[in-house]
Amino acid sequence: MANKLISQMGLQSSISNIFAARNIRTAKDALSLTEFELMELLDVGLAEVRLAVAHISEAASPPCQTALSVMKERCHEFFPTQLKGLDEALGGGISVGALTELVGPAGIGKTQFCLKLSLLGSLPTAYGGLNGRVVYVDVESKFSSRRLLEIGANSFPEIFHTEGMAKEMAGRIIVLRPTSISEFTECLEKLKVLLLQHQVKLLIIDSMAALVTGETEQGASMNQSLGWHASFIKSLAEFSRIPIVVTNQVRSQISAEASQYTFQARRRDDVLEVPERFESQLVAALGIQWAHAVTIRLVLEAKSGQRFIKVAKSPISPPLSFPFSITSSGISLLSNDGIEMPGPQINTIHCQGHNDIINFDGGRLL
Amino acid sequence: MEVSSSKSYSVGARTAWDMFHEDDFFTRITTSCADMDNMLGGGINCKEITEIGGVPGIGKTQLGIQLAVNVQIPLDYGGLGGKAIYIDTEGSFMPERALQIAQACIEDIETNGFYRKDFHVNMEPTSFLENIFYFRVCSYTEQIALINYLDKFISDHQDVKVVIVDSVTFHFRQDFDDLARRTRVLGGMALKLMKLAKQFSLAVVLLNQVTMKYTEGSFQLTLALGDSWSHACTNRIILYWNGNERYAYIDKSPSLPSASAPYSVTAKGIRNSASNCKRVKMM
Repeated sequence: MANKLISQMGLQSSISNIFAARNIRTAKDALSLTEFELMELLDVGLAEVRLAVAHISEAASPPCQTALSVMKERCHEFFPTQLKGLDEALGGGISVGALTELVGPAGIGKTQFCLKLSLLGSLPTAYGGLNGRVVYVDVESKFSSRRLLEIGANSFPEIFHTEGMAKEMAGRIIVLRPTSISEFTECLEKLKVLLLQHQVKLLIIDSMAALVTGETEQGASMNQSLGWHASFIKSLAEFSRIPIVVTNQVRSQISAEASQYTFQARRRDDVLEVPERFESQLVAALGIQWAHAVTIRLVLEAKSGQRFIKVAKSPISPPLSFPFSITSSGISLLSNDGIEMPGPQINTIHCQGHNDIINFDGGRLL
Repeated sequence: MEVSSSKSYSVGARTAWDMFHEDDFFTRITTSCADMDNMLGGGINCKEITEIGGVPGIGKTQLGIQLAVNVQIPLDYGGLGGKAIYIDTEGSFMPERALQIAQACIEDIETNGFYRKDFHVNMEPTSFLENIFYFRVCSYTEQIALINYLDKFISDHQDVKVVIVDSVTFHFRQDFDDLARRTRVLGGMALKLMKLAKQFSLAVVLLNQVTMKYTEGSFQLTLALGDSWSHACTNRIILYWNGNERYAYIDKSPSLPSASAPYSVTAKGIRNSASNCKRVKMM
């Protein structure tokens, strides 16, 4: 809509020509300028500018729907993870058309979860799958096809022991290994075409943090790039109606890091300190702008040797935490009843008592 | 001395006395949290812009959806009986959640004893969803275009009493290289919204994200979009964590004192905080 051409908006030809003469071709060009700037540039009066802007705005506005029509259109759009408690908490499963983030310390099980999801994406719908192609962007070369097939054989023995099915399923998972952000951006743009042809049903990016931290440019330009990617990935998800899962790393919280507003700092006596704040904390990488951008955030952590998966950010779910373990068939919940976590602790990431780095190369298990 | 009419000064001029009386008719939209409503003098003001900001997960979208539902509470039950416009720039709006909140809102009205079964008002959760006009905005150009277009849209739908933008920040945070331009564009947008609020007597609620700013010797949280933007909105509320509780703080208001009120996000939507130590704190 932003790139809609002014020449095709049905404006009066006199004003339309003036826009073209001044090289203002798209809605974006015109609306990025204030009324006075336009008056100056086009050398026309305020009334004429206002009329033109109103016309262009109407043409470039997104369509109107009602919340009811949106709900009817997007009926039952969840991708079940087959982890009963988690699916229930998320309203059915991983949200289709949204960006779900998995964040946690190294070795906690993010890639395991992603492998399971990619398998589920390829399975026929009769088995709860999406019956489609899965694109797995494997930045850190963690994708293990051996482990994938092991998960498949243990979770769905009927399929995987059938002749040729393992090949068929594994054949639907496409693994990409971009080595830089620009290569990644290219992949995304090519994906757009595949998505339009309805071939790809799930996109997994493992991990976003590795992609970004590998770049030499830091600071504001990285934020810009991250913001652009978040926006692009979300619109991919929404317009092609697929679920997109992205993993993120953690880093230690710098003590000088912001956690309060100016007005809070001023009235120190009133603030109820949460004791946890003073422990050395892990926080999700990629910053607060990214944290705002993701639609759903699932935090994986380890506390006293037990792993938990928590629904930290979600428009529909309550803040629940589920204990889980990694098994031969992927990830399984130890309890389908989540523990409700009031307060900001749903966002904190612990890494206590979890020293074993799991390496599923060749069937070695926890 | 003959008191000349205020109209002789300019179009739209009113005396302070007249405005004071008009204040009584300043309708407000309840937040469904009595403590927050009390702090706000009844709720979110119509005819004004209120900016609400906070960290991810604090409940901005939840509050936005709650207001989109509450604006529809019929006049007979103390509501505005209006419709809502929900401008979604991030894809956070989930209609299933709006349905849940609408259902709970209706149940609350029915159980508080004032519900009259003979009163024929269509209070089905799905009809509440039908009264929320939803726009999905994918770029800052669309955001500007839509806000310009709202003048015409609301003229055709004069029962709209709240416009919610969730969030006003998202597209402006990354696509602008020229920050000075961004400030000008945002300023223009704020003026248009203020005009809409006054012209159609509706509430404009802008949800904002947070960023970090280096002030007073350390990095602190602050609402995004810069210093100039912070002047643009009439009212500003910050949602924050205090211990394990969520609080709303009035950071800026022309008439209300700075205060905090606790609230909670439940399956029913925004409600009073359940804890015993809740108190509206004055600064």
